[in-house]
Amino acid sequence: MSWFKETFGSSIGRKFAMALSALFLIIFLLQHLIINLTSVFSEETFNSLSHFMGTNPVVQFALQPVLIIGVIFHFVMGFILEIRNKNAREVKYAKNEGGANSSWMSRNMIWSGLFILFFLGFHFADFWIPEIIHKYIEVHPDDPNRYYAETVHMFENPIRVGIYTLSFVFLALHLKHGFQSAFQSMGARHSKYTPMIKKIGDAYSIVVPALYIFIAVYHHFTQAI
Amino acid sequence: MSTANGLNLTLKVWRQKNNKDKGKLESYQVTDISPDSSFLEMMDILNEQLIDEGQDPVAFDHDCREGICGTCSMYINGEAHGPGRGITTCQLHMREFKNGDTIYIEPWRAKAFPVLKDLVVDRSGFDRIMAAGGFISVNTSGNTQDANNIPIPKLEADKAFDAATCIGCGACVASCKNASAMLFVSAKVSQFALLPQGRPEAAERVQNMVKQMDEEGFGNCSNTGACEVECPKGISLENIARMNREYLSASFKAEEA
Ligand code: HEM
Ligand code: SF4
Ligand code: FES
Repeated sequence: MSWFKETFGSSIGRKFAMALSALFLIIFLLQHLIINLTSVFSEETFNSLSHFMGTNPVVQFALQPVLIIGVIFHFVMGFILEIRNKNAREVKYAKNEGGANSSWMSRNMIWSGLFILFFLGFHFADFWIPEIIHKYIEVHPDDPNRYYAETVHMFENPIRVGIYTLSFVFLALHLKHGFQSAFQSMGARHSKYTPMIKKIGDAYSIVVPALYIFIAVYHHFTQAI
Repeated sequence: MSTANGLNLTLKVWRQKNNKDKGKLESYQVTDISPDSSFLEMMDILNEQLIDEGQDPVAFDHDCREGICGTCSMYINGEAHGPGRGITTCQLHMREFKNGDTIYIEPWRAKAFPVLKDLVVDRSGFDRIMAAGGFISVNTSGNTQDANNIPIPKLEADKAFDAATCIGCGACVASCKNASAMLFVSAKVSQFALLPQGRPEAAERVQNMVKQMDEEGFGNCSNTGACEVECPKGISLENIARMNREYLSASFKAEEA
């Protein structure tokens, strides 16, 4: 297995792994969004999808651990790369014009990433841990219709809606650079397809976070009335 | 006597006696610099002045003074080779600056490019990367065969030629927030990988060159694209994607030795 260690220990291999984990997260975010969106249209669909996701053993004990490992891998590797990259320049420039040749997003992936990580920690404590307690520790009788009311209730709190909104703005910044960067890191670049990948990335990085924000804001205002 | 359009400038130049010295920025005044002079000519004027005053002149690398050798490494006002695109420092002219400007002049900053003196850095890391695989082991000159024996699509030939225009200046490393050498190494990998003569050793070459690049202490690529913008030869990021492909496929496909 030494080739494996050597490949994934190299600068290019690390970025390849980073890109793979990122693409996995991009697909996950889309799936999560589609389920969330149903809460705007149909209480019934949202409840049945949530019940399925929350109780199906394949989702709970196969997909969920993969997701957790994927997230952890992504941000831990993000930190490792950041530290190695910082070490590659020990003395800083007295004057440096980063903006002259690159985008803010591309130079600050660690900061947008850290903000997303803060959100994930919040989301974990706010939603996930109560779910685990509800399902596996306190063991309430199975109520397939509890999800909608619980979710909508979450967005009553304007602070929570504010945190959601800000976090998804940072996700947008992270993905504005990250989406196309992941393809470049894997060597997937072609004069025919790359312009399209960049357009899809731009669309994804705006539309997906905007819809997450929309859902939070929508539930906040529709229930207040 | 100052001429009508002569420039009076404040220079903040990095001075460092040797590799061990901590170094610091020193301020100097130069007066009546012709806008038509090149940046290095302005540096010559500064050095004449320093010599007249009995001070140590600023050490900086330069050789061809026509954008070919790649030695004139200076980080000017926060950009490799200063403002302007597709040029080296020796191709930068003083007309890019205004009277009264303050100009910061620093060496390339990278752990893999230690400062030797003032603005001179040690770029032998690039040489060691080349020695690790940036060559073709058989003699390809002097025994020329009929060109039609090795047909090469024009587009591929052009891309190989474009990659081969890299002059090894290190502006890519200097500009990169991670001090990554990916643009340089990818240009050198590509110039061979794109041509049939380079293919037999392509897998081994890319693996060895990337390994050496990592050992030298250059950073990873974050795909910011700063290198491509600052590169005096317009080396494309396409080369980095090609090197990623070459490296990954070589690593996954190669037989265990
Ligand atoms: C769950 C949401 C997240 C998604 C969808 C995501 C997506 C991405 C994508 C697509 C890339 C580009 C990969 C490449 O260039 O190869 C990337 C890079 C990066 N991500 Fe994330 N990310 C997420 C969360 C995080 C978190 C929580 C951190 C933690 C700090 C983080 C830190 C980074 C860093 C530092 C990079 C840049 C690596 C480099 O270019 O050297 N990301 N991310
Ligand atoms: S790729 Fe461009 S910037 Fe980098 S060493 Fe070659 S010529 Fe210089
Ligand atoms: S002195 Fe040769 S490129 Fe500038």
